Amino acid sequence: MAQATDIGAAVPLRRSGRWNQRTFAPWLFLAPGLLMFAIYVLWPIVQSVTLSFYDWNGLYNRDGAFTGTFVGLANYRELMVDPAFETSLWNNLKWLVLYMLALPAGLFIAIFLNQTVRGIRLYKSLFFFPFVISQVVVGLIFAWFYAPNFGLFYLLTENVFGQGTAILADPNLVTYGIIAAGLWPQIAYVMILYLTGLNNVAPDQIEAARLDGARGWRMLWYVVLPQLRPATFIAVIVTVIGALRSFDLVSIMTSGGPFGSSRVLSYYMFEMALGEFGFRMGYGAAIAVVLFAIMMVFISGFIWKMWRDERER
Amino acid sequence: MFPRPIQAASQPAQWLYTLALPVALLVWLFPLLGVALTSLRPASDLAQGNYFGMPSGIAWENYAYIFTQTPIGQYMVNSLWVTVPTVIGAVALSLMTGFALAVYGFRGNILIFFLFVAGNFVPFQILMVPVRDMTLQLGMYDTWYGLALFHIAFQTGFCTLFMRNFIRALPFELIEAARVEGVAEWRIFWFIVLPLMRPAIAALSVLVFTFIWNDFFWATVLTQGVDSQPITAGLSSLNGQWIAQWHLVSAGSIVAALPPVLMFFAMQRHFIAGLTLGAVK
Repeated sequence: MAQATDIGAAVPLRRSGRWNQRTFAPWLFLAPGLLMFAIYVLWPIVQSVTLSFYDWNGLYNRDGAFTGTFVGLANYRELMVDPAFETSLWNNLKWLVLYMLALPAGLFIAIFLNQTVRGIRLYKSLFFFPFVISQVVVGLIFAWFYAPNFGLFYLLTENVFGQGTAILADPNLVTYGIIAAGLWPQIAYVMILYLTGLNNVAPDQIEAARLDGARGWRMLWYVVLPQLRPATFIAVIVTVIGALRSFDLVSIMTSGGPFGSSRVLSYYMFEMALGEFGFRMGYGAAIAVVLFAIMMVFISGFIWKMWRDERER
Repeated sequence: MFPRPIQAASQPAQWLYTLALPVALLVWLFPLLGVALTSLRPASDLAQGNYFGMPSGIAWENYAYIFTQTPIGQYMVNSLWVTVPTVIGAVALSLMTGFALAVYGFRGNILIFFLFVAGNFVPFQILMVPVRDMTLQLGMYDTWYGLALFHIAFQTGFCTLFMRNFIRALPFELIEAARVEGVAEWRIFWFIVLPLMRPAIAALSVLVFTFIWNDFFWATVLTQGVDSQPITAGLSSLNGQWIAQWHLVSAGSIVAALPPVLMFFAMQRHFIAGLTLGAVK
């Protein structure tokens, strides 16, 4: 921004119309996009927060009046004692923690593939493949992989332990099964971030460290990883968002079951607002607000870092 | 370069690496390969429990079946109707917002920029009830344009981040020189900046195409019938009907995955450039 203002001052203003044009032009360019974004993203956030203090079934009167009733903090109080909410929250935590495995795994594959041999580009693309596929398809693929009696995973456990595990039917394991499915494309994403990062690691520093006798782990930890920090930062952000957005896989693979044991906040919110439990819009909105608050912690961190980078420029 | 180039390693290590590559890839894509093979397996094989043995034939009829007996073709068309306008809309809007935020230093610039960035990360659920309600009120529920309008608005957040950073990296002297010549601002946008934006437009187009094609949540929230449901939601409802008919589920999955995969391979470099934005200083 500093750059733009400096230049604005340096250029002589030939006519006052020019100055006016430059004052209004940004707002005209911004208007359509900002308007759409405000209507569909910013305003609904405010509405959802408001709605979380209401009890509403999603309907309107015949004359179009809102039928909700203000209940204050009742929705949030109910959340505190709702066992399904507690399960969802715990599962979200599991997602968050275990999703972080995508970082070391992605880095490992990136290092493995960061060579210049014949056909390596095709290998990189094919390793990246899972990320391009819809999560619906990933969910179906893993449902097939986990399927009882004939699924590959089931057969594998049967061979190893003598008894097959139908992971999606086991309330204690189901969430881990879904997380594993989610990690597959997520690792691919992190891998591509690190491959790009590794491509830009300063070769002279590596050579210098090599001359100083740094090898393997020490080289990775003290020389390479510090240079990969931008990639790591982006990878953490997209992984956290991916973990908290986990809706598709839960919906496709288990619909939150068995017995609601694989619910996460995003799915539970959907169930409450639009699912078979009736249209509890206010209660759903309260769940969404909790999820939003959790996400906000990470969003603020991201914005804070961007703000710092902007000022450094 | 890190790690040390394999060419510098011993001969056996090089052989090992050459061998490890395809093996690792096979393991990595194993679930996908399994599904691809299952999609070509005759139903009779599955019925007899022949899941992984030699198939008794290649069953192209699985694909013929899903295209003739289920509305999967319609779902694909619906997906295109949502995806293509979204790509055009989001790219067009963000070219303008990105230009405004990159070129002009006005009050609130950075605040608006951060609003776009932050909005891009919010959980969908916080938008769900109001957006669905608004779409219903406007009579756009269960239509391709109701879904596309939301997607355009939401994707504008990410696209603005991308475009703004891209424009800031352009040589500012071009704009400065044009201003000295007295060129109008919109002409600077149209004739000077826009022609330089081709790589950014290409990168965002493939990315947005993939994101929207693969979207499931909003497809579920804003559409419901065969006439407007995109492939992701359609596949999910077909999956409900095809209980345990894995040859059909597999064929459907492959069909649904194909367009973004083709897009990715056709525009790989742009795709990765878009995705790894910010991964390098």
